[in-house]
Amino acid sequence: MPAGRDSVLAMAANPWFSWTYVVQNADTLWEHTVQHAAITVQSVAIAAAIAVPLGILVSRVRWLSGIVIGTAAVLYTVPSLALFAILAPLLGIGRTPVLIGLVIYALLVILRNTVAGLDGVDPAVLDAARGLGYGPVRVLARVALPNALPSVVAGLRLATVSTVALVTVGVVVGYGGLGQLMFQGFRNNFYRAEIMTATLACVLLALALDLTLWAGGRALTPWRGKGHA
Amino acid sequence: MNVAEEALLWLNDPLTWTRQGGIIDLGIEHLVMTAVAVALAAAFAIPLGAWLGHTGRGAGAMVAVGNATRAMPTLGIILLLAAGGLFGNTATVLAAAVFAVPVLLTNSYEGVRGADPAARDAGRGMGMSGTRVLLHVELPLATGLIAAGLRTTIVQVVATIPLAALAGGGGLGQIIAFGMGTQRYGQVLAGGVVVALLALVLDGLLAVAQRLVTPAPLRVTTSRRRGARAAS
Repeated sequence: MPAGRDSVLAMAANPWFSWTYVVQNADTLWEHTVQHAAITVQSVAIAAAIAVPLGILVSRVRWLSGIVIGTAAVLYTVPSLALFAILAPLLGIGRTPVLIGLVIYALLVILRNTVAGLDGVDPAVLDAARGLGYGPVRVLARVALPNALPSVVAGLRLATVSTVALVTVGVVVGYGGLGQLMFQGFRNNFYRAEIMTATLACVLLALALDLTLWAGGRALTPWRGKGHA
Repeated sequence: MNVAEEALLWLNDPLTWTRQGGIIDLGIEHLVMTAVAVALAAAFAIPLGAWLGHTGRGAGAMVAVGNATRAMPTLGIILLLAAGGLFGNTATVLAAAVFAVPVLLTNSYEGVRGADPAARDAGRGMGMSGTRVLLHVELPLATGLIAAGLRTTIVQVVATIPLAALAGGGGLGQIIAFGMGTQRYGQVLAGGVVVALLALVLDGLLAVAQRLVTPAPLRVTTSRRRGARAAS
């Protein structure tokens, strides 16, 4: 029974992890990892460029906060697959719908942390700055924002880690970074090594970006003592 | 005919909804899968979280688990389970349950842990055993947070189940995956809208349910606690 023997051989030759696969496909793996990292960094950067100023605005103009954070929360509730499916027919298949979808998801996390950070600044410190003759702009730029920075960085880290995991869902519109490899492995007769390698690469990428942001946050806030992760 | 018109036309066809494997069938399948995943996660996480909260142990490990699961791509886990021999639906339900555990665990832990120490003391003073304090004092006081955790979990799972379609499973994600495969973008759009509406409507209904199951005096405590957390 050649068919039976073939399937046994196929099962035997389908390990969960294989260095041979990694070495032979290093180029493809690297290419998808770079693609994955690039779309993650870009979408978090765009989200931050929108969410941080919006957070500053919301923490000043209180009546806006319910509307803005509520809208962001509703958008956040939309499942990723559905969001990509809604955006793709309107924006075309490929990178654009994934990028915009990821920006939408990252928005809420960064927005919330920016507002929480600004709200958490010690009023006495703000008062002291005003007493020293700082105008509102200087209070914001020199006192409030640096004090809120740890919270903003925490938001960026959270958004980045979730975005790395979310990119994979982009497969549905043909742009999923490492998710593309996972899906290809699945369709290619459940090629386990490919799915596993892409999944591990995804986790490692999330850790690497998280660590980078953590280090960046530490470098930007040298006045904070040790023990504040 | 543009995509939006196509989507409307498709949604307007009664057969789209009522035929075998139509939106109603897939929606029921979707909700059943959600219920199974949430039940699995709750059966594991709520007792464990409550017990850990009662004894005050394992807080650090819980945070670590929560952070680690956030970095794991759900799709990768589903496809790995599927490649391991589980079918698309089983793989997705399992993965969704695993990803639902951290929220439930943290909320039941925090709920039990945050029970008013005076109430706990009163229970002990009345001669209650540790188990009875947990069951009759701490857990009722944790209702608010556990209900909040369940709501978050259910919405999260409903949003995860569509991924089953990418692993050869069912649920409403199938409409999207099928539309993509056959390049019927009207259907893709319609499927996206149906899934999004399901999640939003469910979230709204659960918000009402959460309010109803939380005893009135606890509602105040919950919001106060949230305020305190935001300020710290």
